[in-house]
Amino acid sequence: MNYSIETRHLNLWYGNFQALIDVSVNIKDRLITGLIGPSGCGKTTLLRTFNRINERYGNVTTKGEIKIFGKNIYDNDVSLPELRKSVGMVFQRPNPLPISVYENIVLGMKLHQQRSSLKKSGLDEVVEQSLREVFLWDDLKDHLKKKATSLQLEQQQKLCIARLLPLKPRVILMDEPCSALDVEGTRAVEDMMLSLRERYTIIIVTHNMAQARRVSDECIFMLLGEIIEHNDTDDLFLNPRNPKTADYIEGRYG
Amino acid sequence: MESITFTETPFVRKKKRTEALAKLIFFLMALSMIIPLVMIIAYLVVQAWPILSIDFLLENPANRMRAGGVWAPLLGTIYLVVISLLVSAPIGVLAAVYLNEYATDNWFTRIINLAVVNLAGVPSIVHALFGLGAFVLFAGIGRSILAASLTLAIMTLPVIIASTKEALASVPMPFRTACWNVGATRWQTIRTIVLPNSISGILTGIILQVSRAAGETAPIMFTGAVFFKALKDDGLFAYNLLDQCMALSMHLFTISTQVPDVPHALPYGTAVVLMAIVLLTNGLSIAFRVYLRSRKRW
Repeated sequence: MNYSIETRHLNLWYGNFQALIDVSVNIKDRLITGLIGPSGCGKTTLLRTFNRINERYGNVTTKGEIKIFGKNIYDNDVSLPELRKSVGMVFQRPNPLPISVYENIVLGMKLHQQRSSLKKSGLDEVVEQSLREVFLWDDLKDHLKKKATSLQLEQQQKLCIARLLPLKPRVILMDEPCSALDVEGTRAVEDMMLSLRERYTIIIVTHNMAQARRVSDECIFMLLGEIIEHNDTDDLFLNPRNPKTADYIEGRYG
Repeated sequence: MESITFTETPFVRKKKRTEALAKLIFFLMALSMIIPLVMIIAYLVVQAWPILSIDFLLENPANRMRAGGVWAPLLGTIYLVVISLLVSAPIGVLAAVYLNEYATDNWFTRIINLAVVNLAGVPSIVHALFGLGAFVLFAGIGRSILAASLTLAIMTLPVIIASTKEALASVPMPFRTACWNVGATRWQTIRTIVLPNSISGILTGIILQVSRAAGETAPIMFTGAVFFKALKDDGLFAYNLLDQCMALSMHLFTISTQVPDVPHALPYGTAVVLMAIVLLTNGLSIAFRVYLRSRKRW
């Protein structure tokens, strides 16, 4: 089995507070892995270490190793812009930029390539392809000039995912991507995730255990900064090995 | 079953009276902000009325400051304001970008922020002495438009830094994280998203310093403004950088206190011109902000 992300003895502190304790985990390529656990258990923190965006949030110390496709991302020769190109992230609240739909999607390419190497026809093609992948093309093909911040929330969230695709990411991190959406929006985003599953490693943090069951292939249960259990989603929910997992999925705390 | 009537008790009535009184007092205090402004402007305009005309703006002071207009001081003030902001705006904006977008919270950043706050609190007469020592004497520029402008620049710098920082901080954090997550460097993020969305606030802050720089007397009195200066021609480029100049604020001081037998309307006319500059720039900054705000949506 191919692992896209492997961590070894990963410890992380915010100031003096230890948010991740000795996390060693292997995440498989081209599957959806769910990260579940009660608030403050470190799941979002773990997610954010995978593209090192954590380091922008202030006083963070990290020890240990994270290998993404075999490369330790804490090596000195790792360029953060290149890392983030390959490991994209989607947030709880959709965060499209206050520019047009079109500009949102080509932003990544404009940031990473010389302006002179970008041709209008090439960009148009990328925009169409990216929007098709997230099932937005039919809705938005006539509204590419529309301000992205004026779209419906569900469309905004899909756009935020589409925005990552032109950079040809290998891993897509999702931090509670549906928590701001209604039932229909959630269903649409979940359908889209399942269709992206074959091509990308997707890791989704969620509070919604039903969602974790619906979309994820494997599930990781975290508590107080530690990984308690990591298993096939069905096994984890039906036959939890650890009593703490059992208590959580049965709703005894959290 | 016991029924409820929901009628007023005496205590509730008392609370209502207090509430109405409190609202009235707060409203009157807020209203009183307008009164001094309107009265100042009305008083100045009435007193200056006989002398106000386009010629008053475009003529030079004549007959030992007892006649003529305010062209030389007006032009001097424009020079001082423009040059001082040309210096302080770029430095202030770039410093604020560093402080808000790059700097992490450590002792060094805290010292810079402390310096900015304290520099903003330094009295203008102290700025004047500093300008005299640093620019006029030490740097050897001599009393000149340049030295006076640099002194004004130092005075306006901390306020520009503070207002720019505030404008930058008002750009929502998710916009930045969105950029970082597609691999933007900090500078790319600033250029593509932070500056375009904060430019209205930044420019408003800078424009507001126009009125402040135009109004100050002390800092320029020691460093470059003079009692009287004959212009070499009528053009806009009648002053050199190393010339001394007249300035409206200084001119107002001179003709109100230093020159005997000045016609009554003359100082008031000068004050009206100075007030007009202040109000025009403030109005401009408001109009500008409204315009830019109407274009952004999030």
